[in-house]
Amino acid sequence: MVFDPQIFLEQLFNPAYLMGAFLSVSVAVLSLIIATVIGFFLAIGRTSKKAYLRGPSHTYVWFFRALPALLVLLIMWNALPQVIPALQADWYTPFIAAAVGLGLVESAFMAEIIRSALSSVDEGQELAARALGMKPASVMRKVVLPQAIRTALPPTGNEFIGLIKYSSLASVISLKELLTTAQIGVNITFRYAEYYTVAIIYYLIIVTIITLIQSRVEKKFLWTSRGVKKVVAPITLSTEAIATSSKEISV
Amino acid sequence: MTTPHEAAGFGAGSTATTPTLQVSDLHKSYGGNEVLKGVEFAIDKGQVKAVLGPSGSGKSTMLRLMALLEPADRGSIMLDGTRIGAATQNGKIVHHSERRLAVQRRDIGMVFQKFNLFPHLTALQNVVVGLTDVQGMHKTQARDVAFQMLTKVGLADRDGHFPSELSGGQQQRVAIARALVLNPQVMLFDEPTSALDPELVGEVLEVMENLAAAGMTMIVVTHEVRFARRAADEVTLFDSGVIVEQADPTSFFENPQHERTKRFLSHVH
Ligand SMILES: Nc1ncnc2c1ncn2[C@@H]1O[C@H](COP(=O)(O)OP(=O)(O)OP(=O)(O)O)[C@@H](O)[C@H]1O
Ligand SMILES: [Mg+2]
Repeated sequence: MVFDPQIFLEQLFNPAYLMGAFLSVSVAVLSLIIATVIGFFLAIGRTSKKAYLRGPSHTYVWFFRALPALLVLLIMWNALPQVIPALQADWYTPFIAAAVGLGLVESAFMAEIIRSALSSVDEGQELAARALGMKPASVMRKVVLPQAIRTALPPTGNEFIGLIKYSSLASVISLKELLTTAQIGVNITFRYAEYYTVAIIYYLIIVTIITLIQSRVEKKFLWTSRGVKKVVAPITLSTEAIATSSKEISV
Repeated sequence: MTTPHEAAGFGAGSTATTPTLQVSDLHKSYGGNEVLKGVEFAIDKGQVKAVLGPSGSGKSTMLRLMALLEPADRGSIMLDGTRIGAATQNGKIVHHSERRLAVQRRDIGMVFQKFNLFPHLTALQNVVVGLTDVQGMHKTQARDVAFQMLTKVGLADRDGHFPSELSGGQQQRVAIARALVLNPQVMLFDEPTSALDPELVGEVLEVMENLAAAGMTMIVVTHEVRFARRAADEVTLFDSGVIVEQADPTSFFENPQHERTKRFLSHVH
């Protein structure tokens, strides 16, 4: 069997792949949103002074970091509806189960990204905002978060790409995402090369688009008046420089 | 605040004015390290006080406590005759909630050694954010007010610049504008020129001297003896967690009373 361009092109423009790609991206987007929200509160909890917040956050991260995503998906789809009858209803689709399952697993990792992004913000920032009289929620929303987001963006982009790939695991719970679509075709025709190449191309396109969007967003966080990084001498002063300049003062 | 009594000249020379800011018996420890050991300090409306002292003596800590950014272990802070930051209940100090402190902080402006401008906001937005968020002013009006304040510190042409595009001296002037625009009753400066290249110190001191001349109540922790001599009504030596000496600039520099002041000045000279 040689590579048949005809079959390849047919499949490349097959709406089933487009639908599969759309499902993969949707699962990834939804699980990233879930992971970011939960991760944010986990990050706050893990750095809290209150032990009753730190404990549960730690336990959560410990638990979901240990579990394979595949196992979580199987539990979400097969085990949970047996335990919780409400989940036997129609609204509980493989799509929901996959997005929530991956979101729960991913939140343990987002927690760490968000925690380190929050702690990377200079403590003088919070101090200055509080000194102005800003309330705690404003300090977080208007001063700390925008700066933390800048730090968190590149690793979050990586996680998002990871989630696109993890979404292929949802094939085990019969979600017709991108890879499943290819696999179904292969099972009928045995044209492995053509069908998998189509899958490769779809994944490449998706990740390229994500990367482009990411660099666009990152540009917004450069904080220069032209949106382009200019070379500006940073005002870094060693303590030595401060010491010398204060010695130079004469009465 | 000038009361009608003072304005009418009552009290025949007696100084019955309430200090704008007064701290009494202020204590603060970090772990076992007692940094403030009973600070007594008061400043009247329109006064400028310069605070000098060796590194590590607790000057920044005193300012952070006055600005209600950290709780005191003991003692009281009075703003214009009203206790702020905490109350005493059954002999124990009870600190106000962070939300309540936030409201009280509006009356106290603070300028930091490292400027602490918000890097994600332009110079103008740095000044606007306090007006809109803290005072609830409408955005368009806030922009006008903020722009006027930037003009006052000589930065009208830099409104759209981000902090990373400003020199240290310009950043510190924006930081002064950011605090000043909220009309604080007192401005606290923590070594505002120590992080600046020597050639940029002058522009910041000029803004501060103008502010002093305009009648702002100011507490300035500084190593700038020139500023202390020219702009301060009173100079204070702070050492090892207490105030050692307070005097007008001439007496302080020419005729210091305390041994520690003499020793400190001999290092600075
Ligand atoms: N948050 C903190 N935690 C622990 N120790 C602290 C803290 N802040 C200050 N200290 C300690 O308190 C002492 C006084 O510090 P402070 O910064 O108030 O001194 P300073 O007079 O402002 O010195 P400098 O001239 O170097 O700015 C120092 O020994 C410092 O290590
Ligand atoms: Mg200091």
